[in-house]
Amino acid sequence: MNRAKQSGCPLSLRRLRELIAMVLTFAFTSYALFAGHTIARAAPAEKGTDVISIPIVYVKEQRKRLPPLSLLDYPPDNEGIAGAELAIDDNNTTGRFLKQDFSVEMISSPKRDELIEGVVAKAKAGVGFFVVDVSAETLLALSDALKDLPAVLFNAGAPDQNLRESECRTNVKHTAASYAMLTDSLAQYLAWKQWRKIVLVSGPQPEDKLYAKSLKRSLKRFGLKLLAEKQFEYQPGSHRTDGGYEQVQKQIPTFTQGLPEYDVLLVADEAHQFGDYFAYRTWNARPVAGTHGLYATTWHPASELWGASQFQNRFNRKAGRHMKPLDYAAWMAVRSIGEAATRTGSGDPKTLIEYMLSDNFELAAFKGQKLTYRPWNAQLRQPIFMATPKLHVTVSPQPGFLHRITVLDTLGIDQPETECTAFN
Amino acid sequence: MKAVCQNALTCLFVSFALITATLPAHAFKAFVSNEKDNTISVIDTKSMKVIHTIKVGQRPRGILLAKDDTWLLICTSDDNRIEVYDAKTYEFIKNLPSGPDPELFALHPSGNPLYIANEDDNIVTVVNIDTGRIIAEVPVGVEPEGMGVSPDGRYVVNTSETTNMAHFIDTKTNETVANILVDNRPRVAQFTSDGKQLWVSAEIGGTVTIIDADKKVPIHKISFEIPGINADAIQPVGIRINKAGTKAFVALGPANRIAVIDAKTFKVEKYILVGQRVWNLAFTPDEKLILTTNGTSNDVTVVDVKKKRAFKSITVGRYPWGIVIANH
Repeated sequence: MNRAKQSGCPLSLRRLRELIAMVLTFAFTSYALFAGHTIARAAPAEKGTDVISIPIVYVKEQRKRLPPLSLLDYPPDNEGIAGAELAIDDNNTTGRFLKQDFSVEMISSPKRDELIEGVVAKAKAGVGFFVVDVSAETLLALSDALKDLPAVLFNAGAPDQNLRESECRTNVKHTAASYAMLTDSLAQYLAWKQWRKIVLVSGPQPEDKLYAKSLKRSLKRFGLKLLAEKQFEYQPGSHRTDGGYEQVQKQIPTFTQGLPEYDVLLVADEAHQFGDYFAYRTWNARPVAGTHGLYATTWHPASELWGASQFQNRFNRKAGRHMKPLDYAAWMAVRSIGEAATRTGSGDPKTLIEYMLSDNFELAAFKGQKLTYRPWNAQLRQPIFMATPKLHVTVSPQPGFLHRITVLDTLGIDQPETECTAFN
Repeated sequence: MKAVCQNALTCLFVSFALITATLPAHAFKAFVSNEKDNTISVIDTKSMKVIHTIKVGQRPRGILLAKDDTWLLICTSDDNRIEVYDAKTYEFIKNLPSGPDPELFALHPSGNPLYIANEDDNIVTVVNIDTGRIIAEVPVGVEPEGMGVSPDGRYVVNTSETTNMAHFIDTKTNETVANILVDNRPRVAQFTSDGKQLWVSAEIGGTVTIIDADKKVPIHKISFEIPGINADAIQPVGIRINKAGTKAFVALGPANRIAVIDAKTFKVEKYILVGQRVWNLAFTPDEKLILTTNGTSNDVTVVDVKKKRAFKSITVGRYPWGIVIANH
């Protein structure tokens, strides 16, 4: 269920109800008897001295980012860590029955050296698990710094393909989807729709280029035709003026006027600087997809598929906002650690890391099937939503795209084509 | 009929023979909760037709009978309550408190109280169905789901979907006495009629764990393999075991099949193709038929238990979820 949809202020209503429940419970317990029964709320299992502690560190690199086009796209302060904290709660609910105690703390800095220093110190003090939201370069530096320590990094924030391919590392797992997984999801759906004639508009930022490169690979892979490609130039930040739509309304039609007859216009704007300008403004009345319009995402805040309603509610209550893909990736990382600890009954990083790579490991993450790590590059396999901001449209892999091991491997670089050799 | 109906007696005989050849001898009423329609479809198991539709609260899921099958209880999850209807007249009787987001529940064998899994609150709420009062709240794992009760009424077992455990709750103290780890996303907990075993399905794990109810330890795990069906699509949910304890039926979700299991050897004997995303199932009281709820195909499949064959599908409301069959 989703209370948020039903009432104007779900959180305050909920709090109010909880408050009333608390007062009532107190009143009931005070006055004790009701038809011969005592009101009782059993206490959680008590922690003994033999509780296993499993500390986790969340690492956030404070990066300078261009202000996004839409006010709605400013990242919340607790993005990512909020997902990790929810997973800690979930782990500890199980942990209290198994005498395992999970905790998370955050290291955050704009300086790579400081992050490395902090992480290495924690690893030397026995922390085995780091959930990281850092750039690809910082991730590789952290991986190198931890090389000889029994510790593993969970990449929750970087979709860069090289981290899974030429630069793959045995001490890095990826709960974030790769660019290839995201763009393959989109291309599969376009192929299913038989929208085969594509034009691409890409931005100037390095991440735009990585996304566009991945898109082109996916288009080719699923038999779509790229008819034309255009670069979109802009002055970063210049959109923050009072007004502006009058010019944009004229600018986008003329920008798209000369394009060949197409089915879908794809935009590659990872920096959120212009992608939202395209829908409803193109010369031809055709849909927009890519980073904007219909987009691929590992998580959607409105998904109630596969029993996700309660999961969304738990997060909304705890974080005071909707769940974002980074929160979800951090949640999956911490839940992976929890799942391994539950199944092995251990808190030893080495034991848990080995278990996560074994055939026995499986994660339930509200995607309708078990999720596992690809043994050749430690990328978490997962179904991916194709969505608009309000609701999902479909979930890839699409019907008919088959695979001899798992259809999830139709998304992203597959084992026979991988350049990653570190796990061999 | 005209050609063979020479006189009234043969006519009667032929009609009788036709009826007995294709239909069960007894008529029962099956109640199916339609999650997306906010209705209950009432099926007559003799005519195999929907004979009535009850409008109920929002998102009906768990469904059971109380008071010698005269009360129909429904978890209306989005209304945060249990609704009680007369199972014969279909008239609304009353609401019971349930705690938030009730999904599944179980009735004590003595007829009272009711144990309700609150999926959004990590608790099991215990309610007296006569007085409508909450007796206790028992903390369990994350996303409580399945509820099973031992035939002697001593234990209630709750499964928690994200904690992946079966929690044994002592019905005398309303405290958890054992927490048994099972595979990922446990859904339904079902005791055998002799109370010696507890069967727990794990939807994402794709298995059914059999637990020794006395020792409270897992003794066996059943996995499933269907040629041509991806292992990821085999997602066990509903479990029914016959009274004799010889056969078990397990609904396998998006595999669109139910498994027939020898309950003594734990071997899968057959997979029966039913509707799409089959989640729950129920025997008729004479155990001759088993009816399944098929969520995405909006229908109920009727299976002949002896022949292990599906022979009829009945269209119900949208996203049929739970099913219970009354002895009248």
